Amino acid sequence: MNEKIHVKTKINDNDVEFLCEARQSLLEVLRDVLDMTGTKEGCNDGNCGACTVILDGQIVDSCLVLAVEVSGKTITTIEGIAGVDKLHPIQQAFLEQAALQCGICTPGFIVASKALLDREPNVSEGRIRHWLAGNLCRCTGYDKIVRAVMAAQENTK
Amino acid sequence: MDSYGSKAKALAGGTDILVQLRGNRFDIEMLVDVKSIPELNELSYTVSEGLSVGAAVPCIRIYEDSVVQQSYPCLVDAAFLIGGIQIQSRATIGGNLCNASPSGDTIPALIALEAEAVVFSKRGYRSIPVEDFCVGPGQNGLQDGELLVSIKFPPPKLYSGAHFLRFIPRNEMDIAVANVGVALTLDSKKQTVESARIALGAVGPTPLLATKASEFLVGKEISDDSLYETAEIAKQIASPITDMRGTINQRIHLVGVLTRRALQKAVERAKGV
Amino acid sequence: MTIKLDDKGISKPNYKVIGTRPIRHDGLEKVTGQARYSADINLPGMLYGKVLRSPHAHARIRGINAGKALALKGVFAVITSADFSIQSDKVIDLGEGAMTNPGFLSQNVMAKEKVLYKGHAVAAVAAESLHLAEEALALIDVDYEVMNPVFDVREAMKPGAPLLHDRLYHSSTPFMRPGGLKDDDDGSPGSNIASHFVFELGNPENAFNEADIIVEREFQTKPVHQGYIEPHAATATWNRDGKATLWCSSQGQFTMRDQSAALLGIPASNIRVIPLEIGGGFGGKTLVYLEPIALLLAKKAGRSVKVTMSRKEVFEGTGPTSGSFMRVKIGANNDGKFVAAEGVLAYEAGAFPGSPVNPGVQCMFASYDLKDVRVEGYDVVVNKQKVAAYRAPGSPGSCFAVETIVDELAEKLNIDPLEIRRKNGAKEGTRRVSGPVFGKIGYLETIETAKAHPHYIEPIGNNLDGKLRGRGVASGFWFNGSGPACATANVNSDGTVSLIEGSPDIGGTRAMAAMSVAEVLGLSAQDVHPSVGDTDSIGYTSNTGGSSVAFKTGWACYEAAQDIKRQCIDRAAEIWGVDPGQVEMHEGVLNEKSGARRQITFKELASVLLSTGGPVVGKATVDPAGVGGAFALHIADVEVDPQTGKVDVIRYTAFQDVGRAVHPSYVEGQIQGGVAQGIGWALNEEYVFSEDGTMLNSSFLDYRMPTSLDLPMIEAVIVEVPNPGHPFGVRGVGEVPIVPPMAAIANAVYDAIGVRISRLPINPATVLEAIWAKEGSGQG
Repeated sequence: MNEKIHVKTKINDNDVEFLCEARQSLLEVLRDVLDMTGTKEGCNDGNCGACTVILDGQIVDSCLVLAVEVSGKTITTIEGIAGVDKLHPIQQAFLEQAALQCGICTPGFIVASKALLDREPNVSEGRIRHWLAGNLCRCTGYDKIVRAVMAAQENTK
Repeated sequence: MDSYGSKAKALAGGTDILVQLRGNRFDIEMLVDVKSIPELNELSYTVSEGLSVGAAVPCIRIYEDSVVQQSYPCLVDAAFLIGGIQIQSRATIGGNLCNASPSGDTIPALIALEAEAVVFSKRGYRSIPVEDFCVGPGQNGLQDGELLVSIKFPPPKLYSGAHFLRFIPRNEMDIAVANVGVALTLDSKKQTVESARIALGAVGPTPLLATKASEFLVGKEISDDSLYETAEIAKQIASPITDMRGTINQRIHLVGVLTRRALQKAVERAKGV
Repeated sequence: MTIKLDDKGISKPNYKVIGTRPIRHDGLEKVTGQARYSADINLPGMLYGKVLRSPHAHARIRGINAGKALALKGVFAVITSADFSIQSDKVIDLGEGAMTNPGFLSQNVMAKEKVLYKGHAVAAVAAESLHLAEEALALIDVDYEVMNPVFDVREAMKPGAPLLHDRLYHSSTPFMRPGGLKDDDDGSPGSNIASHFVFELGNPENAFNEADIIVEREFQTKPVHQGYIEPHAATATWNRDGKATLWCSSQGQFTMRDQSAALLGIPASNIRVIPLEIGGGFGGKTLVYLEPIALLLAKKAGRSVKVTMSRKEVFEGTGPTSGSFMRVKIGANNDGKFVAAEGVLAYEAGAFPGSPVNPGVQCMFASYDLKDVRVEGYDVVVNKQKVAAYRAPGSPGSCFAVETIVDELAEKLNIDPLEIRRKNGAKEGTRRVSGPVFGKIGYLETIETAKAHPHYIEPIGNNLDGKLRGRGVASGFWFNGSGPACATANVNSDGTVSLIEGSPDIGGTRAMAAMSVAEVLGLSAQDVHPSVGDTDSIGYTSNTGGSSVAFKTGWACYEAAQDIKRQCIDRAAEIWGVDPGQVEMHEGVLNEKSGARRQITFKELASVLLSTGGPVVGKATVDPAGVGGAFALHIADVEVDPQTGKVDVIRYTAFQDVGRAVHPSYVEGQIQGGVAQGIGWALNEEYVFSEDGTMLNSSFLDYRMPTSLDLPMIEAVIVEVPNPGHPFGVRGVGEVPIVPPMAAIANAVYDAIGVRISRLPINPATVLEAIWAKEGSGQG
């Protein structure tokens, strides 16, 4: 069980190699092995979305992916959303719309929202609410988050 | 997997099994990632054979598939409401079936659609009707060394329609208090039911095929009364428990409501409305 | 700063920064994942700690054997209650005004002789990895003698009920919240009632005889959790000289320091607490749980240790708010004037005394001008998690009861529900049942704003698809708090100000702090760089709680800026060789009032400070009186599916007197967030227990907090009746928004289906049963 496995993957456009135990989740490896703590743990059972990352183009809860499963795959985390000198329009919109309070759920919401707008550039409020239903926020009541995603959509046009 | 027997489990989407392993639900020595097996990743359709969904195909691929959307909208209904998008990116209907939860959110839809589970072992392939696949809460009918490969759906018949509904207290991210899948075929005048399958979830130890209610509807003309009566008969086989997610009375009542509503929608689909 | 008042007595100051919406200073780090929260600290050589928790709700601990766990390779330390300093069970003052019972607090952190709820901590280990720590927990043998538990507040009050504490002191004052044990020579029989108290104003017994109509009902609520998304975590190092450092997220770094020091029996100054970003608290992060454990493990292991909770542990091991039983009665005249009121509240405290029944009792009738009123409170221990503060603690439950009854009175008397509230509404001069008289408050203005709002004027819309629509309103009150607060503001040579303050920022208060300084100095908000100091770098600041931060810490920042302003005036006077009385500072410019009428901007002066006498540091310590109470009025529209019992909130508007909105976006955010929690509480949230006291729904799957798909946009309407007790007119805003939603929704559900529901949550099963009961059928 404690024997470590060598995994090669791609995270935020960088080739990354790490050692992990078979039982370790992608979330654990991101946070504890790679010190990429932007991805948050809220529940560790796929019910809050704080650990959302993009895995081969699809959003997943990284707590429900074993680290060994990402061998040869491509991952985007919150650390890879902004450009070198510029925030992503969704990040900018979250700031301008005051769409965060405590901020612990924010990375998950931003990663999930980015994946949505990458797929569907014209989304309704209802679609945003449906897409983000797997991300819990306890501070905002979602109002300003939904508005931020709508604003980001306008800004990216 | 063969050599580990009951100490081995298959990992597909992992959205249930990883949580169960962390909760020490079972003691295993080997977890086998089956997502890399090509056969388990196939999603294929032919007019003569119908639809085959590999056991490791995630929900999002199923409900975004144009053939599935066109020919099996009931499957879209079910796959679309499992968890949030993050879960749908990983979770599979194969896993949902193997997990054999009484409230499993695709199983009544599969039963209604006459799906068969295709299973492989060293002894070769065998098919199990989905309604016989679950044998108890959390227990499937797979024997040691057997692996679910795919789920096969017969081609849709002319003038047929199906629908899946579940009831949850929230609007997403919840376990069904009750769920219902129905499929029916109408005559060429689209007035009389020629065949029907009604399946219920979360109201017994396994998802159930409501045979009596299904048979009652066959030969009946579509009307509010006939659908209502069918739903009332469906309630008779519900034997739910009271737990934190719902009460016995509530669940039996919901079987009636959901069956009636699902039948109405299935009829609309069959009529091509 | 002079504040002009208009003819309604409402100020119209000419603020440049207050009332604007700058981007928050800590925002960038939070949208890029750089911000560090409690679990984000990874230190070299760090061990991982986990806590073993009781499988029983009530049991005596006969013994704990950790031999096998310690023998496991990679396990470095195991601690039990024996490692904690021995604490008195009597109430003490921790020295800075925080009343606590260190004995009970210690036993809640780690059970001593008995476990009192399922999930109660009994031991902890530190090991090389998290998984190893979990394996080690399974190897600790605890010998339990299982005892009969008691869970329900009314059962626990009965004579003969199982006793949690054999010698619990029975208090008759509401101010003994932490509770304690009896004196050794007190031979009176024990009970689970930690306190029972009464407030009475006038003569309610006689006054009820004057009433034309009396409505009396009983209500029940269940424990609900704050539901912050960040689980608790604490990381500690313990140096060989006995000095320790603790990284954690909490609502008060000083509380974490002082409580940890008390439980470990060491001087508070030996611990430096570094506050990290806090991923939500809502009151639930005001008590120590893991912090003393991390410190002790670090001490014993000789390595740094990070201890984390899983989500299940957060639900099972930390405080929700009380379940309750309430009986409330209001009498009114035919013209809708309330003549008398009475309320009896029994709140569950969980395993140790300290439910919020006192604020519950004091808030329940605070919205109304009542001359004859009697309220009674019971604080009762039961075998459940010790409750912790949760947003306006105590008030949501009792106001749910009162506001439901007010709605029923309005209906029976055929009076508009806002009008009956206006007619009886509290105003300046109204005396509350507990004695205090209101100063300037904005309840009536809030009602008037609601009355004129489109949401109240517009019809609710037609029923669609067999669903029934209804509208409900409700009010809420919360005192708001204050406390000691400190700020230090360093003027930088580039003309900006680095601001250190002592309040952990839970929802944007650093922006508020920076704006308060910027307003005084004539700077932009972005020219002030705020941060939250650790316990060695800023003066004592009380918890981020009680809606106090914008009030007290905002005030400290205002005073620190005034200190800078005074020093800048002195410096300019010195440079110019004039009397300081000849210099004034206005909108960031220092002016000589007469003579040469020289000018220098603040930025210019900042660049020459070092060569003209040295740096300028403004500082302030405050403990201000003068908090202004907060009132809210909410309107909820719901749609009920009568066949499934499901309630959807389709429109929601919250009106609130906030005094002065420093940053309106974050004021709205507080209101929207409070409403969302209230909607969750109203409709689906509750602790569900098995017969043996196991919480059955200890996950975010089954503890159903609202998702984005469960809520509509929530309109927050800011009403500003400035608090004359604060330099900017600020009132606390964060808590009162959670008070009205439960009653507003219950009243809306009544409007839709014609049944009054008096127990929370109003979940589908409850609604169905209510409909069936009304129709007189077993099932629909």
